[in-house]
Amino acid sequence: MSVSLHKDSRQLNLLYTKRQLVNRIGLTLSVLATLFGLFWLGWLLWTLFGSGLRWISPRLFVEATPPPGANGGLANAILGSVILTAAGVGMGAPAGILAGTYLAEFGRHSRLGAIVRFVNDILLSAPSIIVGVFVYALVVVRAGHFSGWAGALALALIVLPVVVRTTENMMRLVPDGLREAAAALGAPRWKVTMVVVYRSALPGIMTGVLLAMARVSGETAPLLFTALNNQFWSTDMSRPFPNLPAVIFQFAMSPYDDWQHLAWAGALLITVTILVINIVARFLLRRTRSN
Amino acid sequence: METSGPESTHSHNLPGASTSGSGSASLRNAAAGHPHADSDRNRVAGTATLADAKLEIRGLSFFYGKYKALHDIDLDIHDRQVTAFIGPSGCGKSTLLRTLNRIYELYPGQHATGKIMLGGRNLLERADDVNLLRAKVGMVFQKPTPFPMSVQDNISFGVRLYERLSRTDMEERVQWALEKAALWTEVKDKLRQEGTALSGGQQQRLCIARAVAVKPEVLLLDEPASALDPISTQKIEQLITELKADYTIAIVTHNMQQAARVSDYTAFMYLGRLIEFGETKRVFTKPTERQTEEYITGRFG
Repeated sequence: MSVSLHKDSRQLNLLYTKRQLVNRIGLTLSVLATLFGLFWLGWLLWTLFGSGLRWISPRLFVEATPPPGANGGLANAILGSVILTAAGVGMGAPAGILAGTYLAEFGRHSRLGAIVRFVNDILLSAPSIIVGVFVYALVVVRAGHFSGWAGALALALIVLPVVVRTTENMMRLVPDGLREAAAALGAPRWKVTMVVVYRSALPGIMTGVLLAMARVSGETAPLLFTALNNQFWSTDMSRPFPNLPAVIFQFAMSPYDDWQHLAWAGALLITVTILVINIVARFLLRRTRSN
Repeated sequence: METSGPESTHSHNLPGASTSGSGSASLRNAAAGHPHADSDRNRVAGTATLADAKLEIRGLSFFYGKYKALHDIDLDIHDRQVTAFIGPSGCGKSTLLRTLNRIYELYPGQHATGKIMLGGRNLLERADDVNLLRAKVGMVFQKPTPFPMSVQDNISFGVRLYERLSRTDMEERVQWALEKAALWTEVKDKLRQEGTALSGGQQQRLCIARAVAVKPEVLLLDEPASALDPISTQKIEQLITELKADYTIAIVTHNMQQAARVSDYTAFMYLGRLIEFGETKRVFTKPTERQTEEYITGRFG
């Protein structure tokens, strides 16, 4: 008896049919899981637009939050959120980019690098309310009052680990061949990093910063402990600071119809903003990858 | 057999063994069983010498962590000549090249022992500034590595590191380097375009132009044409022949015809050892080592 030179066609068919069946089952389950996720997102957007869109008006962007029963907008809260987010990203992102650079370029194989990476991962998954309580104890209690700076600091602590992680990942995507090529010309390590690696990784790093910005622009928990809220116009960061998430929280829980309407409008505004930031970030990232 | 291999062939194969004193002296030395002897240079001084060795490699060993990838290499790389390194994959030829500009130091756990003399100094000594060394010993890699910037900036990047040039001088230098790399006519209207937008063959010549632009003394080419089509390969080979008038060139290649075409000297390596070294014509027509012969006739590797 010898080994046949050809495959047994009946057995082949059987194996093939079985594999096709497994493939179909797998594919079906994956599609169902995707639909399950998308369903809730779709419902959420549907409800938001359905209940929020009709309360969007120019007044939202020019008038401050009203007392119950009066006319008003969300302008102070919107401006406050923009300032808080900018201050948080402004503090967290540079530190995050530098730390990510250290991890990717200088501490890639070092023990300190491994420790920093591990601690950063813990910070990344820390519940934001813990960050809020931490800053409350650190700043608010000592100062004796809530403040915009405390809110910005809490947001910065949330931005930091996101930016560290994305910066490191994006810089590691830059092939070592490029570093070698620059080093082979006699460029010192910092020059290689600044001129060659950053230039390649910049869109990716910006994406990380944008995603972090999207994340913190809707954060509520850490702000309740730090910036609190302010129903008047305020740009004084050393005092309680107006912000959209806290307004939504307060207004949505209230028994007043007009406050609830403003909460719907605010929720829609934040969601759309985050959506737009995300889309811009993905777009940036795709442009980098295709290069 | 292995112990008698490199050293003995080496000594009687050196081009005009009588003139190239430094090589033969050290080899006599090595054959006597003292490859590391510190008296190398003294012996050389006593011999009539045409001092044409640009890089003198003595007792070079290399380690990836604990793994020893190069064993006691002794070799001279001659000034303004092309030296080719051939051998099967994993024989250590790229590793050897990567010691010559200490580029391996970018990675932890890699280290070299022995001596590599360049201009009277052991370049492996840590005290020597590694960036200055790399400005003198340029390198082109297997895969084209254009920086994510314009063609012009790709070239001026390296120049700016060590020279202050006026705008017009820099433009001249860019043109000079691109002409040297036979790329000028193709890119003279694309100087402000991204280097990454060029074709593969053009990118590789851009990398050669970039290396040439800093005016190194030695040019290391690590399989510079292996990722390219035949026409680009031909252009690069022509280029190597032209560049050797000004530069000392060491090239690693998998392509034996290429080694035969472009090089003046050939080193055959196997399993981290230098098996045979000599004038290319001699190595390819009358190899003294059985392994060399089997490799160049395609019986193994």
